[in-house]
Amino acid sequence: MNEAVMDKNAPYVTEDGRQIGGVMMDLRDITLRFGGVEAIKAISFDIREGEIRAIIGPNGAGKSSMLNVISGFYKPQEGEVYFRGQKRPPMKPYQVARQGVARTFQNIALFQGMSVLDNVMTGRMGHIKSNMLAQAIWAGKAQREENENREAVERIIDFLEIQAIRKTPVGRLPYGLKKRVELARALAAEPDLLLLDEPMAGMNVEEKEDMSRFILDVNDEFGTTIALIEHDMGVVMDLSDRVVVMDYGRKIGDGTPDEVRNNQEVIDAYLGVAHD
Amino acid sequence: MSADFLYGIEVVINGLMAGVLYALVALGFVLIYKASGIFNYAQGVMALFSALTLAGIMSGQVPFAHLINAIFGTDIHYFGWNVPVLAAIILTLIVMVIFAWCVQRFVFRHLVGQEPIILFMATIGLAYFLEGVGDLMWGSDIKTLNVGLPQGGSRFVEDATAGLGGDDFFGFFIDKLDMVATVVAIILVAGLIAFSQYTKQGRAMRAVADDHQAALSVGISLNFIWVLVWSLAGLVALVAGIMWGAKSGVQFSLSLIALKALPVLMLGGFTSIPGAIVGGLIIGVGEKLFEYLIGAPYLGGATENWFAYVLALLFLVFRPQGLFGERIIERV
Amino acid sequence: MLYREAGDFKTTYVADNQTFPLKLDRIGFWVTMAVAWLVIPFVINDYWASSLLVPFLIYAIAAIGLNILTGYCGQVSLGTGGFMAVGAYACYKLMTSFPDVNIMIHIVLAGGITAMVGAAFGLPSLRIKGFYLAVATLAAQFFLVWLFNKVSWFYNYSASGQISAPERLVAGVAVTGPSTPAWAQYLICLFFVTVCAIIARNLTRGTLGRSWMAIRDMDIAAEIIGVNPLKAKLTAFAVSSFFVGIAGALFFAVYLGAVEVGEAFGIQKSFLVLFMIIIGGLGSIFGSFAGAAFLVLLPVALKWIGVDVMGWPTDLVAHFQLVIVGALIMFFLIKEPHGLAQLWRLAKEKLRLWPFPH
Repeated sequence: MNEAVMDKNAPYVTEDGRQIGGVMMDLRDITLRFGGVEAIKAISFDIREGEIRAIIGPNGAGKSSMLNVISGFYKPQEGEVYFRGQKRPPMKPYQVARQGVARTFQNIALFQGMSVLDNVMTGRMGHIKSNMLAQAIWAGKAQREENENREAVERIIDFLEIQAIRKTPVGRLPYGLKKRVELARALAAEPDLLLLDEPMAGMNVEEKEDMSRFILDVNDEFGTTIALIEHDMGVVMDLSDRVVVMDYGRKIGDGTPDEVRNNQEVIDAYLGVAHD
Repeated sequence: MSADFLYGIEVVINGLMAGVLYALVALGFVLIYKASGIFNYAQGVMALFSALTLAGIMSGQVPFAHLINAIFGTDIHYFGWNVPVLAAIILTLIVMVIFAWCVQRFVFRHLVGQEPIILFMATIGLAYFLEGVGDLMWGSDIKTLNVGLPQGGSRFVEDATAGLGGDDFFGFFIDKLDMVATVVAIILVAGLIAFSQYTKQGRAMRAVADDHQAALSVGISLNFIWVLVWSLAGLVALVAGIMWGAKSGVQFSLSLIALKALPVLMLGGFTSIPGAIVGGLIIGVGEKLFEYLIGAPYLGGATENWFAYVLALLFLVFRPQGLFGERIIERV
Repeated sequence: MLYREAGDFKTTYVADNQTFPLKLDRIGFWVTMAVAWLVIPFVINDYWASSLLVPFLIYAIAAIGLNILTGYCGQVSLGTGGFMAVGAYACYKLMTSFPDVNIMIHIVLAGGITAMVGAAFGLPSLRIKGFYLAVATLAAQFFLVWLFNKVSWFYNYSASGQISAPERLVAGVAVTGPSTPAWAQYLICLFFVTVCAIIARNLTRGTLGRSWMAIRDMDIAAEIIGVNPLKAKLTAFAVSSFFVGIAGALFFAVYLGAVEVGEAFGIQKSFLVLFMIIIGGLGSIFGSFAGAAFLVLLPVALKWIGVDVMGWPTDLVAHFQLVIVGALIMFFLIKEPHGLAQLWRLAKEKLRLWPFPH
């Protein structure tokens, strides 16, 4: 198996029988600065088709910034993003989303004034083709499209078991459910690449188990590639196929969970080492 | 030097003077915004209200005379005394402090933590309310406000500069009132800066401006600071009200002139006192020059009505954080 | 028990998405429509038309327009008066340039022209947000009023600087000009209100409406999940201005007949419409109607109580009106940011449970 990982383009099958394909997204020498601060320093890594890729590291390591670069919200000063073998031109975040990249946020970013259903429906934005005039009349194509999207969204709602709160305003939901609705919204886009920014932060053990199960199911049933940031090491080691470790904006480790676990630099970063 | 050029300079100087007054009103906005995040649309009406109150107290008007007469069928209007300027100013300040307390107690205390735009709309409501109260208390007729400030053009400046140009040039015409206003504004700004830098309350005020919760945790009373800030804004409003009122009478349009402070703020940034001053000067000079060079000859005049807003709008499109604001890094 | 939803099941998504999901609401809606279309035109007189019903209908259109921009898309505009002026002047120019074309078409075109102007002034919203934008819309307000005041082409070089609507017929009946019957004024406004409300409802419950609300609630997240902010904001400005323009055209051509721009479409008008949506309810079509009705009724009611019953002078009552409106705005923002529409919803919820609240 190790050899297969070495060769970037060779597909392989994981121990639990999932198909891992070639490189889907390749980040090359990404450097991101805010004023004088370098948040990300010349980082390269790739995400393969069908895998679960974790990004870990201490607070302030630049993990969220990395996700923001992938989703097109931050524009790196240097480096390139290759998506499906093509160099990605400068793009607005919504264009990246329409290429099939969906995400959730570290601090829940649901639309507070809308119901769960409407929130999840916004995830279908990239699948709308009817124009404003048709929508104004609410007939023909616009209505057909609305119903198709509704059906797709209802499948996601069933999948994540949030049927009962469909029409509840999201502001009234408890934290754990909000996280799940956010996942639903991302899934509604039917993404090829799903970015999860600390999907289990602030959850209790039971909720974490639920969320882990959903993540695995998404990967398994829809074949969605997943990149996630998570602090819970147990979860990361169990879920992910490969792990990138960041510290102070640099990449200090990259490989399977086992490789990373035994990497001296990673151990130093996590356990701390005397600086002299 | 040619006369046209010299008149151009005169326009610039007068623009600077007008800009000082804009800056003065803008200061009131900055004070409240920094400390509480409230963008106080009512600042202009506060200037109007304080000028009305001052004029009313000075001439010995009975507050709410209209209302009392209507309810009880009486016919009272004046107490029959005149209050000296200084006493009237102090009384007006007391009224503004009471107003500040009421605003804090009855309105914004209940809106803590709301979105800025909700607070903004609440201050529009406040502006209407205060305007109505001002009219109820003192009547809506135009009042003259004479606090003994000098009026008219300065002969001294005119004579001294008459020799600069040829026969067509008669010296710079500069309003004495504008000169006084400039001096007062400088003193006021210096005073405010000294207050915020060197007094305990001033430091508390800056702490609150930085971080509400952190300020709370070190034992600063937010309520007190906010009342203080609204009172200071009342003071600034009073000064601006006196200047504008002495210039063009105390009337409703005074609150609209104060709207000019909004583009000033957009240029200078909402949180910067130097920004408010520089922004005020730019707007003052800009609109006078534009009117002189382009507006009056080619566009039919009265471009001062919109120039400031359009300038601020165009400016913001290219630099959303204002002149002195820091670059905004958005996060998710 | 009088008002209930139990047993009202939906079997299709179409049925689930309808405007009035409850049968009782649907009945109420059709009764209201029947009264508005079939009863009022026969009993209306000049007083009711000119002091209540016609201004109510026109302001309702303007309020729906502003609510789309502010209530649904979260972009506060203080330029409503200016955009109403665009609608009015566009309508006037069209009426006088093409006298043979039907006035209804002119009014719709006036809305279209306002939509374009609105979208142009909406461009800065891509860079500036919140009250920066609110202040920026003041630029539109002051500039447009100045423009219509100074450029005499807009008022056909008339000496007074006013524009006045010539008589135009729809189906043989005058709808503009001095000899317009009250019921015709009312019906043309009612027609536009009905169409505008339906369009607004359809847009806000569909994809476009969701993209507006997403921008309103969290613009950055909206963009990252695939909402095109340029499109969402500009369509909001355009659709909103379309309605506001129609309101302006009706306000001028049908209601007032002659206007002077600074007086009819000044900044006070912008605030009036903003207050309507705050009091009525931000982000609610019903609220736009409620707010418009409330603020059209309030001065009439106050005048009646103050001047006719109490015998107070008119200016005193006018001052009271300012105080009351200002206080109400603050009250609603503090207690009920969703306005009268929310109060109505709560009342319905109470009714639903009555007489067994537990």
